[in-house]
Formats: sequence, C-alpha cells, structure tokens
Amino acid sequence: MRKPSFGAILAGLVPFAAMCFSVSLWDRVYPTVGGLPFNLFWLILWTVLTPAFLWVAYRLEVGREAPRQPKDDGTR
Amino acid sequence: MSASGVALTIIFLIVVLGSVIGFYAGSRYKMDLEQWTVAGRGFGLVLVWLLMAGEVYTTFSFLGASGWAYSRGGPTLYIIAYLTLAYVVSFFILPQIWEVGARHGLQTESDFFRKRYGSKYLAAFVSVVGVAFIIPYLQLQITGLGIIVQVASFRGIGRTPAMVIATVLVAGFVFASGIRAVAWVSVLKDILMLLAALCVGIGVPHVYFGGIGPMFAALARAKPTLLVMPGATPNLGHAWFISTVLLTSAGFYMWPHGFGATFTAKSGNTLRRNAVLMPLYTLTIPLVLFVGFAAILVLPRLRDGDLALLTVVRQTFPAWFLGVIGGAGALTAMVPAAILILTAATLFAKNLCRPIFAPAMTDGQVARLARIMVLVISGVTLGLAIQSSSSLVALLLLGYDGVAQFFPGVVLGLYWRRATMAGVFAGMAAGIAIVVVLVLGKRDPLLGVNAGFLALCANFAVAGLVGLLAPAEPNGFDAGLPRA
Repeated sequence: MRKPSFGAILAGLVPFAAMCFSVSLWDRVYPTVGGLPFNLFWLILWTVLTPAFLWVAYRLEVGREAPRQPKDDGTR
Repeated sequence: MSASGVALTIIFLIVVLGSVIGFYAGSRYKMDLEQWTVAGRGFGLVLVWLLMAGEVYTTFSFLGASGWAYSRGGPTLYIIAYLTLAYVVSFFILPQIWEVGARHGLQTESDFFRKRYGSKYLAAFVSVVGVAFIIPYLQLQITGLGIIVQVASFRGIGRTPAMVIATVLVAGFVFASGIRAVAWVSVLKDILMLLAALCVGIGVPHVYFGGIGPMFAALARAKPTLLVMPGATPNLGHAWFISTVLLTSAGFYMWPHGFGATFTAKSGNTLRRNAVLMPLYTLTIPLVLFVGFAAILVLPRLRDGDLALLTVVRQTFPAWFLGVIGGAGALTAMVPAAILILTAATLFAKNLCRPIFAPAMTDGQVARLARIMVLVISGVTLGLAIQSSSSLVALLLLGYDGVAQFFPGVVLGLYWRRATMAGVFAGMAAGIAIVVVLVLGKRDPLLGVNAGFLALCANFAVAGLVGLLAPAEPNGFDAGLPRA
C-alpha cells in the first residue's frame, strides 16, 4: 500500500498538536473569547481550522496520485 | 390535548416518517449481500457524509455529552477533540482500506483481517470481539430511546413499551432495506438534530442567563474549577485527556460499523473529501454541551446527568418543541441502532458462522442468515435493555477500549510489510486482556492514564516485536494483483 506523503502527514499532525498534546497550555478559563472559556474557544477554533489543514493534505495526496479507476466495482 | 400528548404525538410522527423513509430506501434494489451491506459501493460524497454522520452522532453524543458536561465539567471537552481528530486519522487510513476493499471485494472489517493475514480464525476472533462490543453500544441506543419517551411523556409511558416499539421498527427497516435505509433516514435525522442543537444550545442559556457569555461567567463565579480539567472528577486530568483523545480517535473507525461504512463509498477520494468535511459536524457538540453546563445552575439536583438535556428542554420550551427534540433524539438512537444491528448480523453470518461452522453455505444463504440474525440480535439486545443494568456507560467505555485494539492490525496491515498474523493476533489478544482486567477491575484510569491507551501501546509493542523477529509472511493484499 502506498504510504501518504510526508507533507500530508505533517498537515495532519498540526491539529493533533493543537487539540491534544498542548492541552496544558490552553486548558484555562481566562481570557474568555466571545464569552466562551478559553479552552472551549480554542477547541471550537481548531474544529474549524482542521478542515483547512486536511484540505492541504488532500491537495498534496491528490496531486501526487493520478486519478485511477479501480479494476472493477468489487462485485463478482 | 395534554402537554405529554402533544409531545408524544410529534415524537411518534417523526419516528414514523423516519421509518417510512427507511423502508422506501431499499425498495428499488434487489437485496443481495453486496447491496444490503455496502450498497453496491455506489455512495458519493453526500450519502457517505450522511451515513457516517448518521452513525457517529448517537444518543450518547446527544444525551451523554450534555450529561457529561453536567456531571463532570471540563473533562467533557475531550469529546470535541476526539470527534475532530478521528477524522484526521481517517484521512490517512480509510482511502487505503477502501482501495483494498474494492480490489478484493471486502464487505466487513473481519474480511479485511481474513484477506490480509490469511487466517479465518483471526477473522472470526475479530467478529466475536466486534459483536461482543457492539451489543452494549446497541443496548445504550435502545435505553436512550426509552429515556426520551419516558421524559417526554412526563413518565406517562414506561420505558419498556417505548423500547419494544422502536426496536421493532428499526429491525424492520434494516431487514428490508439494509444500509440504504440507514443513509436515507440520516437525512431526516441530521436536519432535525442540527435544528434541535441550534435551538437548545442558544435558547437555553439565553432564557436563563441572557446569553452564552453570561452563563459561563456565572458558572465560573459559582464553580471556579469546574470548567477546566479535571473538573468535578478526581482523576480526569491532562494525562487522561491526551491518552483518551489518542485512544478514541484511533479507535473511532475501528468500530466494525464505521469500518464497514468505508466500503459504501464510490472511491477513495470520496473518503478523503469526506474526512475534510466531517469535523464541521462536530460543531454541533459545543451547542449540546452548553445545555449541560446551563443545567448545572438551573437544575442542580438531578440524580442522572443523562436526563439533564431533556429535563431542561421540558421546563423551558412548549410541549410541541419537546416533541421535536424528542423525535430528533429518537432518530439519533434509531439510525445508529440500525447500522449496529446490520453490522453485527453480517459479521455473525459471514465471518463467524460460514467459515467456522458451515463452509458449504452459498452467498444467498449467508444473506438470508444475516437477515434472520437481524431479528435475533434485536431481540437479544431488547431483552438486555429491558433488564437494564446501571453499568451501561461502563460497558460502552469498555467497548471503545476494546475495538481500538483492532487499530494496530489495521494500520500495520496497510503500511508494514513485516506485520504477521501471529504478531497481530497476539497483540490484539494482549490488548483486550489488559482492557478487560483494568476496566472491569476499576483501574481505569491507571496513574491518570486511560487504560485502553496503555493496552493499545502494549498491543503495538507485541505486534511490532513479533513482526520483527518472525520470518516474513506473504501479504494477502498482494494476491492476484496486477503490477502497478
């Protein structure tokens, strides 16, 4: 199986760094943003940003791979 | 008409409408196993999105997420993180799973293990473990439905009759229409769920506090430590958060029904685009959490956190609106229940019964057996739900920890040529054993770390070590491959 490209994996690691590994940096109530506690604001922000990073990964993957059709539709 | 009459009538109408869509969805297709389980691999972006959103957003995310916010506070944020990061993981494995699936005619997660590692016993083991963890998940959906009807009827209708009716409807449309039913009922479910989340997530804080900001300000004043981890819990801190988010985002598509939904897609790129878009659906979760947080101050003395959302809605909005919310909630139980039943039935017939006990069965007989199993599994689970044990949430968490143990076998199977049947089998068995011992022994979290995550690490270590030491084995995905 062809492995995903390095660039795509890097783009996928960014949301993990932001929403998971860095939890002790953003898990606090203040400063509140738009009335939301900071931790909740941060996670909502990254829920919206993650599609952007995945879109970058998508461009990298699709650009690498010429559009191919499967041999058949899987039915016998 | 009384308030409960109005609410129940609307719930009933929504459930009937959903069921009609479900029955109708498959009526134009001849239901062989391929059509019933993977819809002929013809779903484009929209239907795949609906199907996957349909099976992910269960009563647990609707009632359970608000219940967690109510009873635990800060740690509940893990739900937003993992429901976003799971799609990041899916971006890197589902298109590849789809590709081998299309090439080798795979329909289930067990088929994947059977083909890659060439062992029907490993595949049967995956089926047994998969079904064993699906049943409590299904039980949770049916119990959730019972709770909804119970609250909406102001306790006028018992849980048991409500659960019986809903189970019969779900089993009926799965029996008739297979996976197409699930995708199309999701359309109605997603629209209602989105409307419901928007209305209650914005409405409830507005009614009691004048807005979301003032609500959090009041909460931060009243309970300064609640909104950060570990919130109202003794041990759900940052180490727990990281390990739980890693475990659940890895385990997410290892649920056999999520894995199986991959094969309905038209192409690998459909799944990539789907992964890009899916996190946006997670934006409904904060809205549901707002209601749970509001309930902390509005209804401080609820015994059962899972009732928080519905009870707040009941005392805030008119009866017809409680009906709409209840109907949306009922569909969020029925849609996932449908696909859980379908998956468990297929695993049982195709990956357990035929290879191990009756190798002579034809595809047609397997399809018939799977449909009969729909009725058996529904009946058994309904019986369990009526007996209703209090350890249901514990069983679900056990389920997540359990299915995540398939992850090393899948990822190594795709990307590591040296992965061997023995290594994957041993790693999986070790992982599941650790999960069962730690979780049932009430040692989760262990030293602040999610027990399932520790098991997953051990699982990877065993599979990796055996793979390195054992002689290389042929990779089943290479068989019959045209040279690329």
